[in-house]
Amino acid sequence: MKVLGKLINEQGIRTDGRRVDELRPIKIEVGVLKNADGSSYIEFGKNKIVVAVYGPKEVHPKHMALPDRSVLRCRYHMSPFSVEERKNPAPSRREIEISKVTREALEPALMLDDYPRTAIDVYIEVLQADGGSRCAGITAASVALADAGVNMKDLVASCAAGKVDDTIVLDINDEEDKEGQADMPLALLPNLNQITLMQMDGILAKDEYKKCLDTAIEGCKKVYQLQKEALMKKYFGTEIEVGNLA
Amino acid sequence: MSSARKSNMIVEHLRRAQMKELLAERKRLDGRGLTESRPIKIETNVIKKANGSALVTLGNTQVIAGVKVETDEPYEELPDKGLLICNAEVLPLASAYAEPGPPDEDAIELARVVDRGIRESEMIDLKKLVLIEGQKVYAVFVDVGVLNVDGNLFDATSYAVVSALLTAKLPKLEVKDGKIVDTGKLMPAPIKTVPVSVTMVRIGDTIIADPTSEEEACMDARVTMTTDADGHVCAVQKGGTGTFTVEQIHHVVETAISKGEEIRPIIKKVTESG
Repeated sequence: MKVLGKLINEQGIRTDGRRVDELRPIKIEVGVLKNADGSSYIEFGKNKIVVAVYGPKEVHPKHMALPDRSVLRCRYHMSPFSVEERKNPAPSRREIEISKVTREALEPALMLDDYPRTAIDVYIEVLQADGGSRCAGITAASVALADAGVNMKDLVASCAAGKVDDTIVLDINDEEDKEGQADMPLALLPNLNQITLMQMDGILAKDEYKKCLDTAIEGCKKVYQLQKEALMKKYFGTEIEVGNLA
Repeated sequence: MSSARKSNMIVEHLRRAQMKELLAERKRLDGRGLTESRPIKIETNVIKKANGSALVTLGNTQVIAGVKVETDEPYEELPDKGLLICNAEVLPLASAYAEPGPPDEDAIELARVVDRGIRESEMIDLKKLVLIEGQKVYAVFVDVGVLNVDGNLFDATSYAVVSALLTAKLPKLEVKDGKIVDTGKLMPAPIKTVPVSVTMVRIGDTIIADPTSEEEACMDARVTMTTDADGHVCAVQKGGTGTFTVEQIHHVVETAISKGEEIRPIIKKVTESG
Protein backbone atom coordinates (compact mmCIF):
# COMPACT_ATOMS: atom_id res chain seq x y z
CA MET A 1 0.00 0.00 0.00
CA LYS A 2 2.79 2.41 0.84
CA VAL A 3 5.55 3.43 -1.55
CA LEU A 4 9.09 4.23 -0.59
CA GLY A 5 10.06 7.66 -1.83
CA LYS A 6 12.84 10.07 -1.08
CA LEU A 7 11.20 11.90 1.79
CA ILE A 8 14.36 12.56 3.81
CA ASN A 9 17.54 13.89 2.16
CA GLU A 10 21.18 13.08 3.01
CA GLN A 11 21.29 15.93 5.54
CA GLY A 12 18.35 14.42 7.40
CA ILE A 13 15.97 17.17 6.22
CA ARG A 14 12.37 16.37 5.29
CA THR A 15 10.35 17.61 2.32
CA ASP A 16 8.97 20.55 4.30
CA GLY A 17 12.44 21.52 5.59
CA ARG A 18 12.06 20.00 9.07
CA ARG A 19 14.51 17.77 10.94
CA VAL A 20 13.30 14.31 11.95
CA ASP A 21 12.50 15.39 15.53
CA GLU A 22 10.91 18.73 14.68
CA LEU A 23 7.23 19.68 14.90
CA ARG A 24 5.48 21.74 12.24
CA PRO A 25 4.81 25.37 13.26
CA ILE A 26 1.96 25.44 15.81
CA LYS A 27 -0.19 28.40 16.82
CA ILE A 28 -2.89 28.10 19.47
CA GLU A 29 -5.41 30.81 20.38
CA VAL A 30 -7.87 30.63 23.27
CA GLY A 31 -11.39 32.08 23.43
CA VAL A 32 -12.05 32.76 19.77
CA LEU A 33 -15.83 32.25 19.71
CA LYS A 34 -18.22 34.54 21.59
CA ASN A 35 -21.12 32.12 22.21
CA ALA A 36 -19.18 29.08 23.32
CA ASP A 37 -18.38 28.43 27.00
CA GLY A 38 -14.87 27.63 25.90
CA SER A 39 -13.17 27.75 22.52
CA SER A 40 -9.85 27.59 20.76
CA TYR A 41 -8.26 27.84 17.35
CA ILE A 42 -5.21 25.88 16.28
CA GLU A 43 -2.91 26.01 13.30
CA PHE A 44 -0.83 22.86 13.20
CA GLY A 45 1.20 22.91 10.00
CA LYS A 46 -1.45 23.55 7.34
CA ASN A 47 -4.27 22.35 9.62
CA LYS A 48 -6.68 25.09 10.64
CA ILE A 49 -9.15 23.89 13.26
CA VAL A 50 -11.66 25.68 15.46
CA VAL A 51 -13.11 24.04 18.58
CA ALA A 52 -16.10 25.04 20.70
CA VAL A 53 -17.13 23.63 24.08
CA TYR A 54 -20.67 24.04 25.37
CA GLY A 55 -21.40 22.93 28.90
CA PRO A 56 -21.68 21.49 31.43
CA LYS A 57 -25.32 22.06 30.47
CA GLU A 58 -28.69 20.37 30.56
CA VAL A 59 -28.80 17.14 28.56
CA HIS A 60 -30.97 16.81 25.46
CA PRO A 61 -32.40 14.24 24.87
CA LYS A 62 -33.04 13.91 28.61
CA HIS A 63 -32.76 10.10 28.72
CA MET A 64 -29.05 10.39 27.91
CA ALA A 65 -28.33 12.02 31.28
CA LEU A 66 -26.35 10.02 33.85
CA PRO A 67 -27.15 10.36 37.56
CA ASP A 68 -23.52 10.23 38.71
CA ARG A 69 -21.58 12.15 36.09
CA SER A 70 -21.59 14.33 33.03
CA VAL A 71 -21.93 12.91 29.51
CA LEU A 72 -19.10 13.95 27.21
CA ARG A 73 -20.11 14.25 23.56
CA CYS A 74 -17.68 14.91 20.72
CA ARG A 75 -18.06 15.71 17.08
CA TYR A 76 -15.06 15.83 14.73
CA HIS A 77 -16.14 17.27 11.42
CA MET A 78 -14.37 18.36 8.26
CA SER A 79 -15.69 21.27 6.26
CA PRO A 80 -16.45 20.41 2.61
CA PHE A 81 -13.80 22.92 1.49
CA SER A 82 -11.11 21.67 3.89
CA VAL A 83 -9.63 19.15 1.44
CA GLU A 84 -8.53 19.05 -2.21
CA GLU A 85 -11.71 17.38 -3.51
CA ARG A 86 -14.95 18.66 -1.96
CA LYS A 87 -15.92 16.47 0.98
CA ASN A 88 -19.56 15.50 1.39
CA PRO A 89 -20.65 17.36 4.56
CA ALA A 90 -22.49 14.30 5.96
CA PRO A 91 -20.38 12.58 8.65
CA SER A 92 -18.25 9.86 7.04
CA ARG A 93 -17.31 6.56 8.72
CA ARG A 94 -13.83 8.00 9.24
CA GLU A 95 -15.24 11.06 11.03
CA ILE A 96 -17.48 8.86 13.22
CA GLU A 97 -14.47 6.78 14.26
CA ILE A 98 -12.36 9.89 14.94
CA SER A 99 -15.18 11.41 17.00
CA LYS A 100 -15.16 8.24 19.12
CA VAL A 101 -11.39 8.05 19.67
CA THR A 102 -11.30 11.81 20.36
CA ARG A 103 -13.93 11.43 23.08
CA GLU A 104 -11.99 8.53 24.56
CA ALA A 105 -8.77 10.59 24.40
CA LEU A 106 -10.30 13.57 26.24
CA GLU A 107 -12.47 11.79 28.80
CA PRO A 108 -9.63 10.54 31.06
CA ALA A 109 -8.56 14.16 31.66
CA LEU A 110 -11.99 15.39 32.74
CA MET A 111 -13.54 15.20 36.20
CA LEU A 112 -16.97 14.29 34.90
CA ASP A 113 -18.13 13.15 38.37
CA ASP A 114 -18.24 16.83 39.34
CA TYR A 115 -21.16 17.52 37.01
CA PRO A 116 -23.89 14.88 37.39
CA ARG A 117 -26.93 14.99 35.06
CA THR A 118 -25.22 17.33 32.58
CA ALA A 119 -23.66 17.16 29.13
CA ILE A 120 -20.43 18.63 27.81
CA ASP A 121 -20.42 19.05 24.04
CA VAL A 122 -17.15 19.40 22.13
CA TYR A 123 -17.37 20.48 18.49
CA ILE A 124 -14.20 20.18 16.40
CA GLU A 125 -14.45 21.77 12.96
CA VAL A 126 -11.56 21.18 10.57
CA LEU A 127 -11.52 24.23 8.29
CA GLN A 128 -8.38 23.21 6.45
CA ALA A 129 -6.92 19.73 6.67
CA ASP A 130 -3.31 18.59 6.63
CA GLY A 131 -1.90 15.33 8.02
CA GLY A 132 -2.54 14.83 11.73
CA SER A 133 -5.86 16.65 12.02
CA ARG A 134 -7.14 14.32 14.77
CA CYS A 135 -4.11 15.13 16.94
CA ALA A 136 -4.47 18.86 16.32
CA GLY A 137 -8.20 18.58 17.08
CA ILE A 138 -7.59 16.81 20.40
CA THR A 139 -4.89 19.33 21.37
CA ALA A 140 -7.21 22.26 20.63
CA ALA A 141 -10.23 20.60 22.27
CA SER A 142 -8.37 20.11 25.53
CA VAL A 143 -7.44 23.81 25.55
CA ALA A 144 -11.06 24.75 24.82
CA LEU A 145 -12.24 22.53 27.71
CA ALA A 146 -9.81 24.31 30.03
CA ASP A 147 -11.08 27.65 28.68
CA ALA A 148 -14.64 26.53 29.50
CA GLY A 149 -13.53 26.01 33.09
CA VAL A 150 -14.32 22.30 33.15
CA ASN A 151 -12.50 20.60 36.04
CA MET A 152 -9.54 18.70 34.62
CA LYS A 153 -6.80 16.45 36.00
CA ASP A 154 -4.43 17.37 33.20
CA LEU A 155 -4.41 18.76 29.68
CA VAL A 156 -4.40 16.34 26.75
CA ALA A 157 -1.53 16.93 24.33
CA SER A 158 -1.51 15.07 21.06
CA CYS A 159 0.93 14.51 18.25
CA ALA A 160 1.88 11.72 15.84
CA ALA A 161 5.15 9.98 15.07
CA GLY A 162 5.84 7.59 12.23
CA LYS A 163 8.27 5.87 9.95
CA VAL A 164 9.44 7.52 6.74
CA ASP A 165 12.31 6.30 4.55
CA ASP A 166 13.15 3.70 7.25
CA THR A 167 13.56 6.49 9.83
CA ILE A 168 11.36 7.24 12.85
CA VAL A 169 10.19 10.85 12.56
CA LEU A 170 8.06 13.19 14.65
CA ASP A 171 4.81 14.77 13.45
CA ILE A 172 3.97 13.21 10.08
CA ASN A 173 2.68 15.66 7.47
CA ASP A 174 0.15 14.86 4.72
CA GLU A 175 2.74 13.73 2.17
CA GLU A 176 4.60 11.57 4.69
CA ASP A 177 1.31 10.01 5.80
CA LYS A 178 0.49 8.97 2.23
CA GLU A 179 3.99 7.90 1.15
CA GLY A 180 5.49 6.85 4.48
CA GLN A 181 5.72 3.42 6.11
CA ALA A 182 3.85 3.97 9.38
CA ASP A 183 1.80 6.57 11.24
CA MET A 184 1.11 6.54 14.99
CA PRO A 185 -1.20 9.24 16.39
CA LEU A 186 -0.84 9.53 20.16
CA ALA A 187 -2.42 11.58 22.94
CA LEU A 188 -0.86 11.99 26.36
CA LEU A 189 -1.77 13.31 29.80
CA PRO A 190 1.65 15.00 30.15
CA ASN A 191 1.75 15.30 33.96
CA LEU A 192 0.21 11.91 34.72
CA ASN A 193 2.25 10.27 31.94
CA GLN A 194 -0.69 8.30 30.63
CA ILE A 195 -1.65 7.50 27.07
CA THR A 196 -5.24 8.29 26.13
CA LEU A 197 -5.10 7.80 22.36
CA MET A 198 -2.98 5.39 20.41
CA GLN A 199 -3.57 4.25 16.87
CA MET A 200 -1.14 2.94 14.30
CA ASP A 201 -1.14 1.87 10.71
CA GLY A 202 1.82 0.72 8.66
CA ILE A 203 4.51 -1.78 9.56
CA LEU A 204 6.84 -1.47 12.54
CA ALA A 205 9.18 -4.00 14.13
CA LYS A 206 9.01 -4.28 17.92
CA ASP A 207 11.96 -1.96 18.60
CA GLU A 208 10.76 0.55 16.03
CA TYR A 209 7.37 0.51 17.72
CA LYS A 210 8.92 1.43 21.06
CA LYS A 211 11.07 4.16 19.50
CA CYS A 212 8.07 5.55 17.64
CA LEU A 213 6.08 5.63 20.90
CA ASP A 214 8.91 7.48 22.71
CA THR A 215 9.22 9.96 19.83
CA ALA A 216 5.49 10.70 19.85
CA ILE A 217 5.54 11.17 23.65
CA GLU A 218 8.37 13.72 23.34
CA GLY A 219 6.29 15.51 20.69
CA CYS A 220 3.23 15.57 22.95
CA LYS A 221 5.33 17.16 25.70
CA LYS A 222 6.40 19.94 23.33
CA VAL A 223 2.78 20.46 22.29
CA TYR A 224 1.85 20.67 25.99
CA GLN A 225 4.20 23.66 26.47
CA LEU A 226 2.42 25.50 23.65
CA GLN A 227 -1.00 24.68 25.13
CA LYS A 228 0.09 26.14 28.48
CA GLU A 229 1.52 29.24 26.82
CA ALA A 230 -1.75 29.83 24.96
CA LEU A 231 -3.83 29.52 28.14
CA MET A 232 -1.39 31.74 30.09
CA LYS A 233 -1.55 34.36 27.37
CA LYS A 234 -5.30 34.62 27.63
CA TYR A 235 -5.65 34.46 31.41
CA PHE A 236 -2.47 36.11 32.74
CA GLY A 237 -1.09 38.14 29.83
CA THR A 238 2.19 37.26 28.09
CA GLU A 239 4.78 38.33 30.67
CA ILE A 240 4.50 35.27 32.94
CA GLU A 241 7.26 32.74 32.48
CA VAL A 242 5.48 29.49 31.66
CA GLY A 243 8.36 27.26 32.73
CA ASN A 244 8.01 28.31 36.38
CA LEU A 245 4.42 27.17 36.60
CA ALA A 246 4.90 23.65 35.27
CA MET B 1 -22.04 12.62 17.54
CA SER B 2 -19.94 10.39 19.74
CA SER B 3 -21.13 9.96 23.32
CA ALA B 4 -20.72 7.51 26.18
CA ARG B 5 -23.15 4.63 26.51
CA LYS B 6 -25.57 4.42 29.39
CA SER B 7 -24.98 1.36 31.50
CA ASN B 8 -26.23 -0.35 34.59
CA MET B 9 -23.85 1.39 36.95
CA ILE B 10 -24.66 -0.28 40.23
CA VAL B 11 -24.26 -3.83 38.98
CA GLU B 12 -21.22 -2.77 36.98
CA HIS B 13 -19.50 -1.24 40.02
CA LEU B 14 -20.18 -4.31 42.17
CA ARG B 15 -18.97 -6.69 39.52
CA ARG B 16 -15.91 -4.59 38.86
CA ALA B 17 -14.90 -4.78 42.50
CA GLN B 18 -15.31 -8.55 42.46
CA MET B 19 -13.38 -8.89 39.22
CA LYS B 20 -10.50 -6.75 40.49
CA GLU B 21 -10.22 -8.95 43.60
CA LEU B 22 -10.04 -12.05 41.44
CA LEU B 23 -7.53 -10.51 39.03
CA ALA B 24 -5.28 -9.55 41.95
CA GLU B 25 -4.92 -13.32 42.47
CA ARG B 26 -4.32 -13.68 38.71
CA LYS B 27 -7.65 -15.47 38.29
CA ARG B 28 -10.50 -14.89 35.86
CA LEU B 29 -14.20 -15.62 36.25
CA ASP B 30 -14.05 -18.44 33.69
CA GLY B 31 -10.82 -19.90 35.10
CA ARG B 32 -8.58 -18.82 32.21
CA GLY B 33 -5.02 -17.55 32.51
CA LEU B 34 -4.54 -13.79 32.06
CA THR B 35 -3.43 -13.98 28.45
CA GLU B 36 -5.16 -17.24 27.58
CA SER B 37 -7.68 -17.14 24.72
CA ARG B 38 -11.00 -18.96 24.77
CA PRO B 39 -11.18 -21.97 22.45
CA ILE B 40 -11.08 -20.88 18.79
CA LYS B 41 -13.14 -22.88 16.34
CA ILE B 42 -12.98 -22.04 12.63
CA GLU B 43 -15.11 -23.61 9.90
CA THR B 44 -14.44 -22.57 6.34
CA ASN B 45 -16.47 -22.77 3.12
CA VAL B 46 -19.74 -22.75 5.02
CA ILE B 47 -21.49 -20.60 2.39
CA LYS B 48 -21.32 -22.12 -1.07
CA LYS B 49 -22.62 -19.01 -2.84
CA ALA B 50 -19.70 -16.97 -1.53
CA ASN B 51 -16.19 -17.02 -3.03
CA GLY B 52 -14.92 -17.75 0.44
CA SER B 53 -16.45 -17.92 3.89
CA ALA B 54 -15.68 -18.69 7.51
CA LEU B 55 -17.63 -19.20 10.69
CA VAL B 56 -15.56 -18.37 13.76
CA THR B 57 -16.49 -19.28 17.31
CA LEU B 58 -14.42 -17.69 20.08
CA GLY B 59 -15.92 -18.83 23.37
CA ASN B 60 -19.53 -17.71 23.02
CA THR B 61 -18.73 -15.04 20.46
CA GLN B 62 -19.68 -16.12 16.98
CA VAL B 63 -19.16 -14.32 13.67
CA ILE B 64 -19.53 -15.26 10.01
CA ALA B 65 -17.56 -13.76 7.13
CA GLY B 66 -18.25 -14.06 3.41
CA VAL B 67 -16.13 -12.99 0.43
CA LYS B 68 -17.74 -11.80 -2.78
CA VAL B 69 -15.70 -10.78 -5.81
CA GLU B 70 -16.67 -8.28 -8.48
CA THR B 71 -14.82 -6.10 -10.96
CA ASP B 72 -14.64 -2.34 -10.60
CA GLU B 73 -12.60 0.72 -11.47
CA PRO B 74 -9.55 1.22 -9.22
CA TYR B 75 -9.15 4.26 -6.96
CA GLU B 76 -7.82 7.18 -8.96
CA GLU B 77 -4.69 7.51 -6.81
CA LEU B 78 -4.01 3.73 -6.84
CA PRO B 79 -4.46 2.70 -10.50
CA ASP B 80 -2.20 -0.36 -10.11
CA LYS B 81 -4.05 -1.96 -7.18
CA GLY B 82 -7.18 -4.02 -6.78
CA LEU B 83 -9.86 -3.15 -4.26
CA LEU B 84 -10.32 -4.80 -0.88
CA ILE B 85 -13.30 -3.67 1.15
CA CYS B 86 -13.97 -5.07 4.58
CA ASN B 87 -17.19 -4.43 6.42
CA ALA B 88 -18.74 -5.63 9.67
CA GLU B 89 -22.17 -5.44 11.17
CA VAL B 90 -23.49 -6.48 14.57
CA LEU B 91 -26.73 -8.20 13.55
CA PRO B 92 -29.79 -7.48 15.71
CA LEU B 93 -30.04 -11.20 16.53
CA ALA B 94 -26.58 -11.11 18.14
CA SER B 95 -27.54 -9.78 21.56
CA ALA B 96 -30.39 -8.30 23.59
CA TYR B 97 -28.71 -4.90 23.24
CA ALA B 98 -28.20 -4.89 19.48
CA GLU B 99 -30.79 -3.08 17.39
CA PRO B 100 -31.51 -2.90 13.68
CA GLY B 101 -30.61 0.30 11.88
CA PRO B 102 -27.54 2.03 10.51
CA PRO B 103 -24.25 0.92 12.13
CA ASP B 104 -23.41 2.81 15.33
CA GLU B 105 -19.92 4.07 16.19
CA ASP B 106 -18.91 0.76 17.78
CA ALA B 107 -19.77 -1.19 14.62
CA ILE B 108 -17.99 1.39 12.46
CA GLU B 109 -14.90 1.20 14.66
CA LEU B 110 -14.99 -2.62 14.52
CA ALA B 111 -15.12 -2.67 10.71
CA ARG B 112 -12.44 -0.03 10.33
CA VAL B 113 -10.01 -1.60 12.81
CA VAL B 114 -10.34 -5.05 11.23
CA ASP B 115 -9.98 -3.54 7.74
CA ARG B 116 -6.86 -1.66 8.87
CA GLY B 117 -5.24 -4.88 10.12
CA ILE B 118 -5.82 -6.69 6.82
CA ARG B 119 -4.87 -3.70 4.66
CA GLU B 120 -1.77 -2.52 6.52
CA SER B 121 -0.32 -6.02 6.88
CA GLU B 122 -0.63 -6.26 3.07
CA MET B 123 -2.14 -9.71 3.51
CA ILE B 124 -3.48 -9.60 -0.05
CA ASP B 125 -1.14 -8.57 -2.86
CA LEU B 126 -3.46 -6.01 -4.42
CA LYS B 127 -1.07 -5.47 -7.35
CA LYS B 128 -1.97 -8.97 -8.55
CA LEU B 129 -5.67 -8.05 -8.68
CA VAL B 130 -5.36 -5.65 -11.62
CA LEU B 131 -6.97 -6.54 -14.96
CA ILE B 132 -6.43 -3.34 -16.96
CA GLU B 133 -4.31 -0.78 -15.12
CA GLY B 134 -6.29 2.32 -14.25
CA GLN B 135 -9.49 0.86 -15.65
CA LYS B 136 -10.53 -2.55 -14.36
CA VAL B 137 -9.51 -4.39 -11.22
CA TYR B 138 -10.85 -7.13 -8.97
CA ALA B 139 -12.95 -5.76 -6.12
CA VAL B 140 -12.86 -8.15 -3.16
CA PHE B 141 -15.62 -7.53 -0.61
CA VAL B 142 -15.45 -9.20 2.80
CA ASP B 143 -18.62 -8.77 4.81
CA VAL B 144 -18.90 -9.91 8.40
CA GLY B 145 -22.03 -10.52 10.42
CA VAL B 146 -21.74 -10.87 14.18
CA LEU B 147 -24.11 -13.68 15.21
CA ASN B 148 -23.56 -13.80 18.95
CA VAL B 149 -21.88 -11.20 21.15
CA ASP B 150 -19.72 -12.27 24.07
CA GLY B 151 -16.78 -9.90 23.95
CA ASN B 152 -13.72 -9.45 21.75
CA LEU B 153 -15.57 -8.88 18.48
CA PHE B 154 -12.37 -7.37 17.08
CA ASP B 155 -10.37 -10.60 17.13
CA ALA B 156 -13.26 -12.93 16.18
CA THR B 157 -14.08 -10.69 13.21
CA SER B 158 -10.46 -10.47 12.15
CA TYR B 159 -9.97 -14.27 12.31
CA ALA B 160 -13.13 -14.75 10.24
CA VAL B 161 -12.02 -12.28 7.57
CA VAL B 162 -8.51 -13.77 7.40
CA SER B 163 -9.84 -17.36 7.22
CA ALA B 164 -12.39 -16.48 4.54
CA LEU B 165 -9.70 -14.76 2.44
CA LEU B 166 -7.24 -17.65 2.88
CA THR B 167 -9.77 -20.14 1.53
CA ALA B 168 -11.40 -17.87 -1.08
CA LYS B 169 -11.52 -18.96 -4.71
CA LEU B 170 -11.58 -16.03 -7.11
CA PRO B 171 -12.88 -16.34 -10.68
CA LYS B 172 -9.90 -16.33 -13.06
CA LEU B 173 -10.59 -13.42 -15.39
CA GLU B 174 -8.63 -12.55 -18.53
CA VAL B 175 -8.43 -9.58 -20.81
CA LYS B 176 -9.14 -10.36 -24.48
CA ASP B 177 -9.27 -7.52 -27.02
CA GLY B 178 -9.78 -5.04 -24.19
CA LYS B 179 -12.69 -6.99 -22.76
CA ILE B 180 -12.91 -8.96 -19.51
CA VAL B 181 -13.60 -12.65 -20.09
CA ASP B 182 -14.32 -15.24 -17.40
CA THR B 183 -12.19 -18.30 -18.09
CA GLY B 184 -14.44 -20.43 -15.89
CA LYS B 185 -11.41 -21.36 -13.82
CA LEU B 186 -10.83 -20.44 -10.18
CA MET B 187 -7.72 -19.16 -8.42
CA PRO B 188 -6.75 -18.51 -4.79
CA ALA B 189 -6.40 -14.93 -3.57
CA PRO B 190 -2.76 -13.68 -3.77
CA ILE B 191 -1.80 -14.05 -0.10
CA LYS B 192 1.41 -12.47 1.25
CA THR B 193 1.09 -12.90 5.01
CA VAL B 194 -1.34 -13.97 7.73
CA PRO B 195 -2.16 -11.08 10.10
CA VAL B 196 -3.36 -11.91 13.61
CA SER B 197 -5.29 -9.48 15.74
CA VAL B 198 -4.87 -9.65 19.53
CA THR B 199 -7.12 -7.60 21.80
CA MET B 200 -6.32 -6.92 25.44
CA VAL B 201 -8.09 -4.91 28.11
CA ARG B 202 -6.85 -3.31 31.28
CA ILE B 203 -8.91 -3.75 34.44
CA GLY B 204 -7.21 -1.93 37.30
CA ASP B 205 -3.52 -2.83 37.06
CA THR B 206 -4.07 -6.12 35.23
CA ILE B 207 -4.02 -6.67 31.48
CA ILE B 208 -5.94 -9.63 30.11
CA ALA B 209 -6.31 -10.98 26.58
CA ASP B 210 -9.48 -12.05 24.76
CA PRO B 211 -12.01 -10.39 27.10
CA THR B 212 -15.59 -11.64 27.45
CA SER B 213 -18.54 -9.20 27.42
CA GLU B 214 -18.56 -9.28 31.20
CA GLU B 215 -14.87 -8.37 31.35
CA GLU B 216 -15.33 -5.64 28.72
CA ALA B 217 -18.08 -4.10 30.86
CA CYS B 218 -15.53 -3.74 33.69
CA MET B 219 -12.57 -2.59 31.61
CA ASP B 220 -10.73 0.71 31.95
CA ALA B 221 -9.21 0.64 28.47
CA ARG B 222 -8.78 -1.65 25.50
CA VAL B 223 -6.08 -2.10 22.89
CA THR B 224 -6.10 -4.14 19.70
CA MET B 225 -2.78 -4.95 17.97
CA THR B 226 -2.40 -6.79 14.69
CA THR B 227 0.91 -8.44 13.87
CA ASP B 228 2.09 -10.05 10.63
CA ALA B 229 4.01 -13.31 10.10
CA ASP B 230 7.36 -11.49 10.61
CA GLY B 231 6.23 -10.41 14.08
CA HIS B 232 5.90 -6.78 13.01
CA VAL B 233 3.08 -4.63 14.35
CA CYS B 234 0.87 -3.40 11.50
CA ALA B 235 -2.23 -1.89 13.10
CA VAL B 236 -3.12 -0.62 16.56
CA GLN B 237 -6.23 0.86 18.10
CA LYS B 238 -6.66 1.95 21.67
CA GLY B 239 -10.26 2.20 22.89
CA GLY B 240 -12.19 2.86 26.05
CA THR B 241 -12.25 5.84 28.35
CA GLY B 242 -9.20 4.85 30.41
CA THR B 243 -5.48 5.18 29.81
CA PHE B 244 -2.32 3.10 29.42
CA THR B 245 1.19 3.80 30.69
CA VAL B 246 4.22 3.38 28.40
CA GLU B 247 5.26 0.27 30.36
CA GLN B 248 1.82 -1.26 29.86
CA ILE B 249 2.06 -0.60 26.11
CA HIS B 250 5.47 -2.29 25.98
CA HIS B 251 3.96 -5.31 27.74
CA VAL B 252 1.02 -5.30 25.30
CA VAL B 253 3.36 -5.26 22.26
CA GLU B 254 5.25 -8.31 23.59
CA THR B 255 2.01 -10.18 24.31
CA ALA B 256 0.49 -9.31 20.92
CA ILE B 257 3.57 -10.68 19.13
CA SER B 258 3.77 -13.90 21.17
CA LYS B 259 0.03 -14.54 21.02
CA GLY B 260 0.11 -13.84 17.30
CA GLU B 261 2.67 -16.62 16.91
CA GLU B 262 0.42 -18.93 18.90
CA ILE B 263 -2.79 -18.20 16.98
CA ARG B 264 -1.35 -17.96 13.43
CA PRO B 265 -0.76 -21.76 13.12
CA ILE B 266 -4.35 -22.43 14.27
CA ILE B 267 -5.73 -20.29 11.45
CA LYS B 268 -3.25 -21.71 8.93
CA LYS B 269 -4.02 -25.31 9.83
CA VAL B 270 -7.77 -24.92 9.45
CA THR B 271 -7.55 -23.03 6.20
CA GLU B 272 -5.06 -25.44 4.64
CA SER B 273 -7.28 -28.46 5.28
CA GLY B 274 -10.53 -26.59 4.58
